[in-house]
Amino acid sequence: MATYTKDPLLGDRLSSKPVHELNAATVRFCGDSGDGMQLAGTQLTNTSALAGNDIATFPDFPAEIRAPAGTKAGVSGFQIRFANTEIFTPGDQVDALVAMNPAALVTNLADLIPGGILILNSDAFNAKGLEQAGYAKNPIEDDSLSGYQLFPVDMTKLTRLAVDGLGLGVKESDRCRNFYAMGLIFWLYGRSTEPTMRYIEEKFGKNPAVAEANRRALHAGYNYGETTEAMVSRYSVNKAQLRPGLYRNITGNQALAWGLVTAAERSGCELFYGSYPITPASDILHELVRFKNFGVRTFQAEDEIAAITSAIGAAFGGALGATASSGPGIALKGEAIGLAVMTELPVLIINVQRGGPSTGLPTKTEQADLLQAMFGRNGECPLPVIAARSPADCFDVVHEAWRIATRYMTPVMLLSDGYIANGAEPWKIPDVETLPSWKVSHPIAPSNGHEFLPYERNERLSRPWAIPGTPGLMHRIGGLEKQDITGNVCYDADNHQHMVNLRASKVAGIAMDIPLQEVSGPERGRVLVLSWGGTYGACATAVQCAQANGGLVAHAHLRYLNPFPTNLGEILQLYDRVLIPELNRGQLRMLVRAEFLVDAVGLNKVQGKPFAVREVVKKIEDMLA
Amino acid sequence: MTIDTILPVLTSKDFSSDQEIRWCPGCGDYSILAQMKKVLPTLGVPPEKTVFISGIGCSSRFPYYVNTYGIHSIHGRAPGVATGLKASRPDISVWVITGDGDALSIGGNHLMHAIRRNIDLNIILFNNRIYGLTKGQYSPTSLLGQVTKSTPMGVIDNPLHPLSVAIGCEATFVARSVDVNIKHLTMVLKRAAEHRGTSFVEVYQNCNVFNDGAFDYATDRDTKAETLLELEHGKPLIFGKNRDKGIRLNGMHPEIVPLDGSIKEDDLLFHDERTTEPTLAYLLARMRYPDFPEPIGVFRAVDAPRYEELLNNQIADARRQRGPGDLQKLFNSGETWTVE
Repeated sequence: MATYTKDPLLGDRLSSKPVHELNAATVRFCGDSGDGMQLAGTQLTNTSALAGNDIATFPDFPAEIRAPAGTKAGVSGFQIRFANTEIFTPGDQVDALVAMNPAALVTNLADLIPGGILILNSDAFNAKGLEQAGYAKNPIEDDSLSGYQLFPVDMTKLTRLAVDGLGLGVKESDRCRNFYAMGLIFWLYGRSTEPTMRYIEEKFGKNPAVAEANRRALHAGYNYGETTEAMVSRYSVNKAQLRPGLYRNITGNQALAWGLVTAAERSGCELFYGSYPITPASDILHELVRFKNFGVRTFQAEDEIAAITSAIGAAFGGALGATASSGPGIALKGEAIGLAVMTELPVLIINVQRGGPSTGLPTKTEQADLLQAMFGRNGECPLPVIAARSPADCFDVVHEAWRIATRYMTPVMLLSDGYIANGAEPWKIPDVETLPSWKVSHPIAPSNGHEFLPYERNERLSRPWAIPGTPGLMHRIGGLEKQDITGNVCYDADNHQHMVNLRASKVAGIAMDIPLQEVSGPERGRVLVLSWGGTYGACATAVQCAQANGGLVAHAHLRYLNPFPTNLGEILQLYDRVLIPELNRGQLRMLVRAEFLVDAVGLNKVQGKPFAVREVVKKIEDMLA
Repeated sequence: MTIDTILPVLTSKDFSSDQEIRWCPGCGDYSILAQMKKVLPTLGVPPEKTVFISGIGCSSRFPYYVNTYGIHSIHGRAPGVATGLKASRPDISVWVITGDGDALSIGGNHLMHAIRRNIDLNIILFNNRIYGLTKGQYSPTSLLGQVTKSTPMGVIDNPLHPLSVAIGCEATFVARSVDVNIKHLTMVLKRAAEHRGTSFVEVYQNCNVFNDGAFDYATDRDTKAETLLELEHGKPLIFGKNRDKGIRLNGMHPEIVPLDGSIKEDDLLFHDERTTEPTLAYLLARMRYPDFPEPIGVFRAVDAPRYEELLNNQIADARRQRGPGDLQKLFNSGETWTVE
């Protein structure tokens, strides 16, 4: 139902346009890499979150920093879905598309729903731009876009007019275009411009002319919506019913960084983070360097190997040693991860997965490093593997990884991916005092004069974490096989068999120390969807759809990939069929089939993109049919 | 009440581990280990605050044989492990034991970066110009033409010179000694330990199995006075059994001159290990047998900021400026909203 509302930007006047209430909306900004589309997206995210919506975002940008202007290779996009209910994905298709040039239009139009809102910067649809995008004719002028609500706007011209008189050059003026586009979308969805005004002040306050230009462009875009006769309606999305509490936006990489700082503090360790820049993991480093006052030591190493070996050295000294990378970097770290397994030191290894193999698709998401995490080292080299399912979940997963690492004296592999890393969602801010806390303890010299035995085991098969500086506990560790109990170098055949088994038993035993697998949906049924990592949102939503359609379908999402929860095998038997959707060629499926002899079916995609909900729904329905 | 301020007197025994030493009989490593165990008790650092970190190779077994903390890590990566430890535990004295293959082949990158950071590590490179543990392939310091298991017709790639590499990275402490030159080696190890920043020491070490006699010229009683030149800070470069020869600079070229009366000591090149300009040290590092007597001793010892100090100073500064970190404040910072 449409209503007419008061608009703070319009003073006491009622908006002249009726407002239609929606449950959810999906908007995508796309343009050149230099057009500021990521900023436009994050600003819309921020103001929507502050408006109380649940949100999910999907930034999508090219690996090139600045591909030639106007080309398809240089198109950068940011998609956001905001809703009045809990949502898990940024949406399969977009309701409104803002395209700043023809290349952005041609590469993104397929995702716009029929009849969707299409806002184009018509100034960019000139001969050169059209040619670069491969258009023979201007699509604004022919009938090819008639299936959409088309709004060509002279954004370049109107932005220049708006900032006229501030003494800005043409280039600087044109750089404000993204604020114009934001203003128009903010008007369309009744979003407050206040958070963006604060952002402008914070970011450009030192350059008053630029700050003023951006403010003017934002308002010009907003007012254009109100005054243009072309746009006849506005939309609103009310607050979502989230759990009560204080919220903020958080991205996956930010949550990992904050989780590391928190886990260190709650366990009484100092954080040492060794890393080498790599997309899409670098933002963890950028975030952690801000926390020197927490005692966080960051080390930008000379390469991936130094990044992990420095973390191992720090762990030997008693720190929370952590490193993060993406697949190619994890490959380089493989030998050192083996050293951490052999020396049984707690180290966190984070893999923010991207498309592979080799350099692959640096800025695109994939889940194809699961088997690398499991087996990508020489020898029998087991380690715990856990995966985050969403941006906010990264915070909790780091805690869990560090808990396991210190309780079992083992490196832990934590899997994230590019989709989670750059995506944002509301995070219910925890009360620090309620977060898990455990004091890591280091042994002191036995008072009875007994010899210190660095490879003696406790009930969890974990060895003592004795650190330099402690009198009486001097010991040497290394990559050569260890004699049981003493930790001395030992080449004995039976000892090697024993130690290989022991390391495997230690990791397998972690299964007794993790929660049982939960299932959402019927306890028995036709199809169980088993997923892991960043596909959580698409799978959870797809299962909800299938359930709403009456299907006996359940969903189990794995956080623990090694070891599996103890009840997983049992759960798999309760359903006629098991579907494992993955952004790889079936890696979890291979593990599940090997471990449980279950003939699981895969839904597999490697396109550098997350699953669309409809893809999973379709597969479930095919299996139910 | 007892007074426990009297420090226990440590001896080399306190630094001996119970592990059986498995180097080949006659290996130069034994002597280096023995001299190290003599030096360690004199440094005022107890065994529990000392860590030896090594990579892979014969020399890298060293940590097992000293009763301190230690890590026998992976090939070439000891500087990385050591950097993480020293950066997070500046209270610990960290030694890196490495060889010519470990430090200059597989680990070249890490060596270079540890040195340029000037992190407070003592890096001791045992140079035997051969791969011992893999049984006799040539190493990056093997000489041109050297016949080895992997070069039956002779080495054709130019060797790296460890000191040139270190000086090229502007190491703040660079020294060289010889495995069996007991007094000299002890002095050099002690100087390396006392230096604050990365200390880089090359030790000529005889591999009596795969490259026996590589350094005979430097150890032979009859010839070493002619083939080695002991550097002393502030002293002229003089050598020879009768100390009757010296090194003079001719432009940028060193030349051997007789001290026969026509040339006086004052005409010679004087050693200055403290000059910030590394060119002299580099020039000395390029004096090689058989054209020149090879300098041993401290080539360079200058003071410069250390990585771990700068890192920890930044932490202290951040705490002073912003107060100690407060997680709840961090979580609640920026844009937040309340759901009722």
